[in-house]
Amino acid sequence: MTDAEPYLRLERITKSFGPFQALKDVSLEIFRGEFVCFLGPSGCGKTTLLRAIAGLDVQTSGRIEQGGRDVSDLPASARDFGIVFQSYALFPNLTVARNVGYGLESRKIPRDERTRRVADLLELVGLPDAGPKFPGQLSGGQQQRVALARALAIGPGLLLLDEPLSALDARVRQRLRTEIVRLHRRLGVTTIMVTHDQEEALTMADRIVVMNQGGIEQVGTPLTIYRHPASRFVADFIGHMNFIPALTAGPGRVRVGALELETGELDDLPPGTPVTLGVRPEDIQVRDIGGHAANVFSAHVGELEFLGGIWRAALTERSMGAGPALELRADLSSNAVRDLDVARGAELMVAVPPERIRVFVQGASP
Amino acid sequence: MTRTDLVVSAPVGIVRQKAGWDDWVMRAGLVVLGLYLAITIVLPLWSMLSKSLEDHSGAFVGLANYSAYASNPVLVRSILNSLTVAGVTTAITLALAFVYAYGLTRSRMPGRGLFRAVAMIPLLAPSLLPAISLIYLFGNQGVIRDWLMGWSVYGPIGIVMGEVFYTFPHALMILTTALAVADQRLYEAADCLGATRFRRFMTVTLPGARYGLVSAGFVVFTLVMTDFGVPKVIGGSYDVLATDVYKQVVGQQNFQMGAVVSAVLLIPAILAFAVDRIIQRRQVSQLGGRAVSFRPSAEPLRDWTLFAVCAAVALVLLAMLGMAGFASLVKFWPYNLELGLRHYSFDLMDGGGWGSYWNSLKMASWTAVIGTAVIFTGAWMIEKSRGAGPLRTACHLLAMLPMAVPGLVLGLAYIFFFNPAGNPLSFLYGTLAILVMNSIAHFYTVSHLTAVTALKQIDPEFESVSASLKIPAYTTFLRVTVPVCLPAILGISIYLFINAMTTVSGVVFLYSPDTTLASIAVLNMDDAGDIAPAAAMAMMIVYTSAAVKLIHATATGGLLRVTQRWRAR
Ligand SMILES: Nc1ncnc2c1ncn2[C@@H]1O[C@H](COP(=O)(O)OP(=O)(O)OP(=O)(O)O)[C@@H](O)[C@H]1O
Ligand SMILES: [Mg+2]
Repeated sequence: MTDAEPYLRLERITKSFGPFQALKDVSLEIFRGEFVCFLGPSGCGKTTLLRAIAGLDVQTSGRIEQGGRDVSDLPASARDFGIVFQSYALFPNLTVARNVGYGLESRKIPRDERTRRVADLLELVGLPDAGPKFPGQLSGGQQQRVALARALAIGPGLLLLDEPLSALDARVRQRLRTEIVRLHRRLGVTTIMVTHDQEEALTMADRIVVMNQGGIEQVGTPLTIYRHPASRFVADFIGHMNFIPALTAGPGRVRVGALELETGELDDLPPGTPVTLGVRPEDIQVRDIGGHAANVFSAHVGELEFLGGIWRAALTERSMGAGPALELRADLSSNAVRDLDVARGAELMVAVPPERIRVFVQGASP
Repeated sequence: MTRTDLVVSAPVGIVRQKAGWDDWVMRAGLVVLGLYLAITIVLPLWSMLSKSLEDHSGAFVGLANYSAYASNPVLVRSILNSLTVAGVTTAITLALAFVYAYGLTRSRMPGRGLFRAVAMIPLLAPSLLPAISLIYLFGNQGVIRDWLMGWSVYGPIGIVMGEVFYTFPHALMILTTALAVADQRLYEAADCLGATRFRRFMTVTLPGARYGLVSAGFVVFTLVMTDFGVPKVIGGSYDVLATDVYKQVVGQQNFQMGAVVSAVLLIPAILAFAVDRIIQRRQVSQLGGRAVSFRPSAEPLRDWTLFAVCAAVALVLLAMLGMAGFASLVKFWPYNLELGLRHYSFDLMDGGGWGSYWNSLKMASWTAVIGTAVIFTGAWMIEKSRGAGPLRTACHLLAMLPMAVPGLVLGLAYIFFFNPAGNPLSFLYGTLAILVMNSIAHFYTVSHLTAVTALKQIDPEFESVSASLKIPAYTTFLRVTVPVCLPAILGISIYLFINAMTTVSGVVFLYSPDTTLASIAVLNMDDAGDIAPAAAMAMMIVYTSAAVKLIHATATGGLLRVTQRWRAR
């Protein structure tokens, strides 16, 4: 991706429903050809933001620029987008072909040209023979593709998808995920997809916009979001994370009970500031712990949970004196469990790499 | 990827979305609808209410007419009379309809489908018909007049009997709906708790149906208070509010007093309307999303008891209809019982002859066609247009208003509004058009609610999709919404047709010599003592309504078959 002008620019978007603020000062830039996911818990404002971008429910205040054009106050019909709803909203009384060609009918496109375009689109979404059928005669996944073809028919500059996969069962969802991504690569149309499924966002998106309570928590690539969650909320919402209350103890050091740990990142917080440490279960090392590794301590193995490829172990560190024990969940590979004889009740040397410890200043987020 | 945090200077102002072309079209449509509703409902009512505050010369006299009314013992007695017959009718109708509805929804008695159909018969007839039948059954030369043990049918007894017939289907529809939405799980819970059948009835069934009972009670009460047909024919000297309005206006040409009585008649109707709205809102929550609908199990004793009661009720309904049908064919009641079509030669009588019948047919057809188009399109604009919130709310309220206005009151209001020469619309007076307008307005609310319900059931995003595809919303309305809602649309048109065909109260003040109607002919022939032709004309209305209903059922069936390829879900 380049530093070129963003294709879509949202500036300080707010949306109020009476006294309730569904969007609070949202600013965002999306580049041409990107696949962006809005991810967040139910009710955080994803749909509201998407509908504001489409002009279906206009924002209360704020500016939206699309392709260099200020579209803030334009009606939906004057903007350039295709949309797929969770319900698909296919026209039940029209055949699949007429559904797909619906947007072409008014465009003074000759009939045979239209027929060809429709056939191409159906081919593109993998339903070459569905043309004469009615939507009611198709499965959910097929209807979804028809909706996608209909939205793409007019060649929109922006494709908006509101939880397009959530009404489907797991297997179909999996397949369609890949297909949508493939389609996106092929057409290169700038796409925004709303989802509350983190796995969906992580596997499909170029960038993820994590939302919470009407605001943006973090914007970044899936890897950034996963590796460097900007807030405790993001860390908790995406993947698993151990949260450990701690106090700062000088540059790059924190104290957890009696234990002192080295951390990679730590802003200039005065010593004694309460913080929360975040450690992903898979980042806890149990093998190849060298003599000069940092943050090494011995832990007691509690419950062991078999998750197929890996084991999840509940570890307790008891050197904290009178305070509560330090509890950690760690994901251990089957190999490690076998080689190290990890079993319930055993003691285990563990290391937490400093660069894998996230430090969240308390009170900053829930 | 690099993201520079721009310091944006955002506009602080509230964004006001521009309206697109189709938004403007819809807003213009809403304005037209609002004006139409204002002209056909609000302004007439307004003129009526202001008329009640004027004297004969048109000068404002405040509540003088009302105090004159209150000090006239004859008129005040009508209030008591109206309340009496309405109260008694409500009690009887509710009891009968509840048992009947219980049988239909909560038992496995045989013939439920047939019972349901028979119970709807009164809807096909003008309210004059039961009264005419009662004359043949219990009148001076009635077949079974001895059953009244010397009491006269002309008066409260006859009124109550006629009104029970007339109101029965209305109560039944509400109660079957209320009883049908029972939650099976509650009954299972009651059974598990070992509740006796009686306790189960008292603790689960009745409370579940209480909203239905209250709602049905108000509807029946209002129907009786405002019905004009039954008391007109069989009330004798027993005056009620509805006949008072007629007498004041048609008999004594005392329009002011007519307006006062109309205003009084508005009270129960508005009350019923308010209660119904409140209850509608409550009842929605009664049935949770995961409720399991009730499936009665076979219980021979209960089923056959209910069968006996329902059969008795159904037989009475059929007998009332049959009596009128038979009497219309008999040569000279009760002396010559040979059958013939003599009484159907309407052209030999007063009342407008067959012309009235054709007028009715024309009027009902126009009402159905224009009414359905206006009401459904209106409901769509109210539901689906974007922005213009206050305009939509106003239109919706206007659409709800007719429910609270009795036909007689609306009819009278039309005189006050359209008759004065100063009104540019006064050319409508005495035409078929004003009858059509009046009928559409009179039956607007139920049709509107049917349309809204149908529109709420389709996907809410059709308009969004078509906006994204740059197709105007009205195109999608014609290509998608209308076809998808066709069953509801046909339902509305049939409702309008049958009601326009059977209504008396709405049009009794508005017809002219050129536009006499079948139902009015029944009234006038009965007035002139030609009861048999009156019965014959009433039967013509029944036959027509029934035929149209049948055609509708067939057409709907055919339509569903043709479209089932896409309707099947
Ligand atoms: N028309 C409305 N009136 C009032 N509140 C609304 C309206 N639409 C949305 N909201 C509120 O705004 C908030 C955000 O809604 P939105 O539909 O955008 O959530 P979402 O993130 O899409 O959630 P979900 O995952 O459940 O779809 C919610 O709290 C919702 O209750
Ligand atoms: Mg949503």
